[in-house]
Amino acid sequence: MEFFRIHKDIPFMRHALTFNVISLVTFILAVVFLFTKGLHLSVEFTGGTLIETHYEQTADLEKVRNALGKAGFSDYSVQNFGSSQDVMIRLPLKGEQNSNQLGEAVMKSLEADAPGSQLRRVEFVGPQVGKELAENGAMALLLVIIGIVIYLAVRFEWRFSVSAIIANLHDVVIILGFFAFFQWEFSLSVLAAILAVLGYSVNESVVVFDRVRETFKGKRGLSTPEVLDHAITSTISRTIITHGCTQMMVLSMLVFGGETLHYFAMALTIGICFGIYSSVLVASPLVMWLGVSREQFIAKQKKVVEGANEEGAVV
Amino acid sequence: MNRYPLWKYITVAIALVLGFIYTLPNFFGESPAVQVSSAKVTIKIDDKTKARVEEALSAAGVANDGILLDLNGVKTRFKDTDTQLKAKDVLEKAFNPDPADPKYVVALNLLSASPQWLTAMHSLPMYLGLDLRGGVHFLLQVDMKGALTKRLDSTAGDLRTLLRDKNLRHAGISREGDRLVVKFREVETRDKARNVISDGQPDLLVAEQSDGSDFKLIATLKPQAQQKIGEFALKQNITTLHNRINELGVAEPVIQQQGADRIVVQLPGVQDTAKAKDILGRTATLEIRMVDDAPGGLEAALAGNPPFGTEVYNERGGQPLLVKKQVVLTGDRLTDAQPGFDNQTQEAAVHLTLDSAGARIFRDITRENVGKRMAILLIEKGKGEVVTAPVIRTEIGGGRVQISGRMSTSEANDTALLLRAGSLAAPMDIIEERTIGPSLGADNIQKGFHSTLWGFAAIALFMIVYYQVFGVVSVLALGANLLFLIALLSLLQATLTLPGIAAIALALGMAIDSNVLINERIREELRNGMPPQGAISEGYERAFGTILDSNVTTLIVGLMLLIFGSGPVRGFAVVHCLGILTSIFSSVVVSRALVNLIYGRQKKLTKVAIGQLWKPAAATTDGQK
Repeated sequence: MEFFRIHKDIPFMRHALTFNVISLVTFILAVVFLFTKGLHLSVEFTGGTLIETHYEQTADLEKVRNALGKAGFSDYSVQNFGSSQDVMIRLPLKGEQNSNQLGEAVMKSLEADAPGSQLRRVEFVGPQVGKELAENGAMALLLVIIGIVIYLAVRFEWRFSVSAIIANLHDVVIILGFFAFFQWEFSLSVLAAILAVLGYSVNESVVVFDRVRETFKGKRGLSTPEVLDHAITSTISRTIITHGCTQMMVLSMLVFGGETLHYFAMALTIGICFGIYSSVLVASPLVMWLGVSREQFIAKQKKVVEGANEEGAVV
Repeated sequence: MNRYPLWKYITVAIALVLGFIYTLPNFFGESPAVQVSSAKVTIKIDDKTKARVEEALSAAGVANDGILLDLNGVKTRFKDTDTQLKAKDVLEKAFNPDPADPKYVVALNLLSASPQWLTAMHSLPMYLGLDLRGGVHFLLQVDMKGALTKRLDSTAGDLRTLLRDKNLRHAGISREGDRLVVKFREVETRDKARNVISDGQPDLLVAEQSDGSDFKLIATLKPQAQQKIGEFALKQNITTLHNRINELGVAEPVIQQQGADRIVVQLPGVQDTAKAKDILGRTATLEIRMVDDAPGGLEAALAGNPPFGTEVYNERGGQPLLVKKQVVLTGDRLTDAQPGFDNQTQEAAVHLTLDSAGARIFRDITRENVGKRMAILLIEKGKGEVVTAPVIRTEIGGGRVQISGRMSTSEANDTALLLRAGSLAAPMDIIEERTIGPSLGADNIQKGFHSTLWGFAAIALFMIVYYQVFGVVSVLALGANLLFLIALLSLLQATLTLPGIAAIALALGMAIDSNVLINERIREELRNGMPPQGAISEGYERAFGTILDSNVTTLIVGLMLLIFGSGPVRGFAVVHCLGILTSIFSSVVVSRALVNLIYGRQKKLTKVAIGQLWKPAAATTDGQK
């Protein structure tokens, strides 16, 4: 079985401008949503409330969940707590309500649909921690960017590293845009997923760039757009298959992973889709416009140690 | 060209066998258990306790899967968590009839169900995080200002004795915020005092200030000293927390410093936050008082009529003891307590170290009371217990005190621990608290497992259909990757969380990339007309550079997440990084070994099963190589 039966190199670069305009529009939309709607941050970032209740008999968790849902609470979680009679309810910190009122409101709603409960404890998760988490996340993102730029600049060329990072950062912004638009909960695991996507899409760009370098070195007489077209075409089957496989795994998480992994998998899904697009169709045109050419690789070869082979290795 | 030397095959085989052995314990799982341990030093856990557990359970008709006695206490396995909860209630009632004064700690626990020989090889199941096994997480903020204030208060006391010793008259020492103010009437005294203080208290920065008729010395703590005090306070608090948490009977508590002034406490399996908080926030204080051995005093006291200025406390072991109300020394003066042995008699002993003021008081009190007994009391939650009541044989100076006599080695250990545990060096606040119930934990494991399983199955199916024999090889390599990853996680005992499981799934999803790269390369070489053996060799060779580059960039991300992440992000990052490392090995070395085994021996290989190869007609006529 072979999916990709490509006779000639596909002229991706002819449509380079179109791809980049699409990208730019999505990017701007994402930024707009981020600024107008903002992110719906999880309890970890904002602080939140824990409520412990006690039932005389074994508590029916489903009833408690229904009661809370009816009363208009959202994002709550209900679990057994120590014994089967104790129930713990977690709520995110919301607006002006203080913990006392929140506790009462919860108890009132429980009284209607799951009677017989006693309020044991209401507790806050302090918001001090959130700020630090955000700062650390930003720091990690910054250092990831620096690390990748340096590595690619050393292994390839600065033009590659700059375009890879631009293309892939725009993925990150687009994922954030999705989270802002749909008001999905942005938790620490989503942050991890976003950073993982960053690494993953750079990975994608690297595969294409590797081919670009090889084509520049190996094939003479091709113009830069032709080289890029050739590189993308010859890696396209690998690109689709790999991402397809990864997406199968992520899909499995989306289906079986439950609430906790839901947004994690969601962020990965968006990241993978836009990752393919941006690293292939955005990064490559950027490299072209930054003025990559065959000479840059030939010149490099002259500088290498005497007796080195084509790959630059010395025995 | 497609043959590995024997040692390479052997390396791969050894890696696989080791991977298998260290993955194995995870299949046995963990069984729910209840642990009964001692809440007091005086109560020992032994075979009798074990018999009592057995009796209590059978009386209540709760079936168990084995009772085990070890260093931590008596652990009983149960079939499921429901039985476990029931058994806990039963045992709680049997062992602690009076809930106000618990003598035993009855805690929920999980025990690995893997056989003994695996455990002996340090082959343990993965260490599950709180979100998978249930438990409590606290983030405590240490009040460093409180620690400094406490230190300044005790320094004020030291200064008083110091000045008195040197016969320097002062007009009062007081603490004003974060500085000490010493007032003097005469300039000469102040100047002398200044030298004395600078020599005697190197941690203090002393400045002069005159204000009307008062001559003042302003002493502040040097920045280095402040830092040292902060570090010490944090360390001491961690030690104290350790000692207290031991009482909770938590299987594997985590108590770690986070940042400069925070402590993370994780108590897996503990569901009762209220109890945990109670124990964490408890203040135990140590007091040294004199024993009243006057004849008839104790009898009168037991009859309900204690002599004036005395009260009755129980000694360890239960005998009552009449103790004076006046406190000679408190635990604040104690800097260290270590178990050891008497130099002459070789008896077990506890060595105490007192600070300078404490040493002076101790010297005076022992000089005046040779032949009498002193009592060392540990006061917890308003209730006191005499830890030990030794006879004073001679005057003891120098602040080094030894308590010995009628003590076993383990008693000496316990006493030292109790004395050391003392009180917190600085107050702490809980700024974050997380509790995960066991049902959620089990749910999470289930979900993570299913995600990985079905994702893996889908990838395997696709790879085998699309790449045939090479697909099978890729899937086997991916399986090996999973094996290595789990073995490594088990071996390192890194904490596995739900994001960690997600990272395993993602690692597999990404690891297949390497194999796709290789397989596509081989196809391409074949398409370009290379003979199969050459194509395989070339395919692996050429793909390797790309695999390395792409994995390094991913690794950069993983490392940054590891450094800056906390909580769930960290759990993700650990697995992510390990997954990248194992995937390079398995997708390149393991899969190559398999391919070599299958095809390497065939000299005239004309065809390999890598799926249908489609050659563009144009390419062949073009002669484009």
